[in-house]
Amino acid sequence: MRRRLAGLAVLALTAAGCAGADGAEPRGGDELTGTLTVFAAASLTDVFTELGDRLADDHPGLEVRFSFAGSSALATQISQGAPADVFASADEAQMAVVTDAGLADGEPQVFTRNVLEIVVPAGNPAGVTGLADFAREELALAVCAAEVPCGAAAEDVFAAAGVTARPDTLEEDVRAALTKVELDEVDAALVYASDVDSAEGAVEGISFPEAEQAANDYPVCVLADAPNPAAARAFVELVLSPEGREALAGAGFAAP
Amino acid sequence: MSRHDGARVPAPLLVPAALGVLFLALPLVGLLVRTPWSQLGTQLGAPGVGEALRLSLVSATLATAVSLLLGVPLAWVLARSRARGRTVLRALVTVPLVLPPVVGGVALFLVLGRQGIVGSWLDEAFGVTIPFTTTAVVIAATFVAMPFLVISVEGALRAADARFEDVAATLGAGRWTTFRRVTLPLVAPGVAAGAVLCWARALGEFGATITFAGNFPGTTQTMPLAVYLALQRDPDAAIVLSVLLLAVSLATLLLLRDRWLGRATA
Repeated sequence: MRRRLAGLAVLALTAAGCAGADGAEPRGGDELTGTLTVFAAASLTDVFTELGDRLADDHPGLEVRFSFAGSSALATQISQGAPADVFASADEAQMAVVTDAGLADGEPQVFTRNVLEIVVPAGNPAGVTGLADFAREELALAVCAAEVPCGAAAEDVFAAAGVTARPDTLEEDVRAALTKVELDEVDAALVYASDVDSAEGAVEGISFPEAEQAANDYPVCVLADAPNPAAARAFVELVLSPEGREALAGAGFAAP
Repeated sequence: MSRHDGARVPAPLLVPAALGVLFLALPLVGLLVRTPWSQLGTQLGAPGVGEALRLSLVSATLATAVSLLLGVPLAWVLARSRARGRTVLRALVTVPLVLPPVVGGVALFLVLGRQGIVGSWLDEAFGVTIPFTTTAVVIAATFVAMPFLVISVEGALRAADARFEDVAATLGAGRWTTFRRVTLPLVAPGVAAGAVLCWARALGEFGATITFAGNFPGTTQTMPLAVYLALQRDPDAAIVLSVLLLAVSLATLLLLRDRWLGRATA
């Protein structure tokens, strides 16, 4: 009896399609099983792991696996046929790579936003106060390369602030920039607010008004070839729920 | 390699050897098939490409020079000396081979960074900071590439007939003269092969470089870094750059083979 109910629930969820993601089905009422594979931007590592644990706790038969990496690397892997159920990207450009290839099931939904913050080593030894300090030649400064989302955002905020930045290194991803601050090898870097939160203690964050001009929207979608579409929808639903939003806010992300 | 002895490949070797060639060469074929040849001119003319290529060649060559200078004597110590702790020494030499290069980059920070054990002293005493400079690129490349040279040369020294050295000694040659006039010519092919391996590894170096030296066009952005970043925005550009790097390194190695290696290894 129970098994038949579970089958019905899966059917209902499958029939609901991506639109089911913003529906109001209560989670926990169905029996999700098997393996759920989530491809998510590296910045989501902590908060998605936590949400995945909660989903697995509610469904003892379900195993949740994550692949955290740069969004562009993940988009490439999905285009090359990686068996993923859910894709959460750190910007809309990389999500477009997946949707343009017809690999998304329905429209992706924006679930959070991330803004840039200045990050300095604990104690702020160089006395950095704002974006203008990125023009100081004597400081060792790290900014993301323009090819990756955080670098594109950095260019936008410097343009908005009218600052000609003089970085010493253009980092290949936001975590690499953060690492250099944690190691105290640069005086300041531009990273996302959520990254500053994840490294609390070793670094300090300084917010600045121009950050709003270059906020990154994070879209999520169920993939068309998802091996476990029912679990995929349940996860997306959890991310979009008030509970998911609260977890994201706790990790330094902004509301969409 | 030498055709004159007309050695036929034994059948049990032929199939695995052919599979080996396929395994190594097919990814290269894949790159060549996907290369957007029509865009070749525009991609190669893009700003920064020439700079990155020059920086790669210069830093790989300098790294090889430093490795020869330090690595050949180190290989001699490993192969010939009877000193205690040689096993430990050999294990230490292979550390950079095992270490993920990104971790190697962090380790270099901890020693040569501005907060590092040696780096902080350099900064205070001379006002010199190494990270994010071309020097850092060469150091990172040397760190990951030198073990290849040391191991090749050590192998050659072990395989070399030590009786030549004994004879030189009985004829009155000092140890230094013996090393220069007898040992070194004897292991020249091994040194050459090691130098080629070392150069190739240094040319392709990515992880330790992007960590320790950072990425800035003109100072620290080598070809592998440029390829990686191009991949984020424009995969076609990344493929063109990779093919260029491959072509230049193959051309260099073939040229060296004719000029120098050809004689040494024939």
